[in-house]
Amino acid sequence: MPLNRDFVGREYQAAETYEVSRELIRRFAAAIGDNNPAYTDIEAAKALGHPDVIAPPTFLTVLTFRYAMSGPVVDPDLGLNYALVVHGEQKFVHHRPVRAGDVLKVVSSVVDIRDAGRNELMTTKTAVVTTEGEPIADLYGTLVSRGTAAA
Amino acid sequence: MSATVNYDDVEVGTELPAQTFTIQRVNLVQYCGASGDFNVIHWNERIAKAVGLPDVIAHGMYTMAEAGRVVTDWAGDPGAVVEYGVRFSAPVPVPDDDKGTELVVNGAVAEKLDGNRVAVDLDARVGETKVLMKARAVVQLA
Repeated sequence: MPLNRDFVGREYQAAETYEVSRELIRRFAAAIGDNNPAYTDIEAAKALGHPDVIAPPTFLTVLTFRYAMSGPVVDPDLGLNYALVVHGEQKFVHHRPVRAGDVLKVVSSVVDIRDAGRNELMTTKTAVVTTEGEPIADLYGTLVSRGTAAA
Repeated sequence: MSATVNYDDVEVGTELPAQTFTIQRVNLVQYCGASGDFNVIHWNERIAKAVGLPDVIAHGMYTMAEAGRVVTDWAGDPGAVVEYGVRFSAPVPVPDDDKGTELVVNGAVAEKLDGNRVAVDLDARVGETKVLMKARAVVQLA
């Protein structure tokens, strides 16, 4: 069943904030097998000019799943079958590195839904800012909904 | 907050040290937990095959994270990576064996940009198959 194109342009502001902790960064770095000390050692991070440990460049993917449950992906009206979904593209534009102590909020929006052969592509943008309004990063993601394009 | 590599020391074509990453099922389970992405295709072989995939496949974001280590290890400061984008061009199947899947990542400076930034293009393969396309990071050098 094709995705509901009415979702293009819809914006979702997550009500909750996300507090980045040293332990969350450590856990993510461990999961990707990366022992770079900037992620776990405060002194090493400071030696690089950061006020606290920083997160790996793809860490903010955690937020997209943290807030997915309040976003378009799980809205039954969109008609997305998650088992048919694979990740098509992803881009991170960092305004500054994420670091321990950041309290973040996200606004996500559906940028586009289009056919690509038998599949459909849904592109979302997630803007990540601190609760003080400092821009941290913009994430662009494209999901592939396999085989759901209208015949 | 910039890399330990100097802008003046790199040229277009400068190669980054290549790395090989071995991906096993346990890595995917761990990434499920750390990322919050529990899509069944990353841990349930029965459902992955039922929806037409060759096997359980790695999270695209896991592959992206591994490939990114070639850039962050080179740059010295992971915070120097100001942009990073990829297209996932082929799934990375991870069989239930003790060997795992080998992901080989090469990188080279593709462009020197203003403000001491460079664009690095990555090549990520499993066997002969390119699993990432248009994989590019922009790095703030010293």
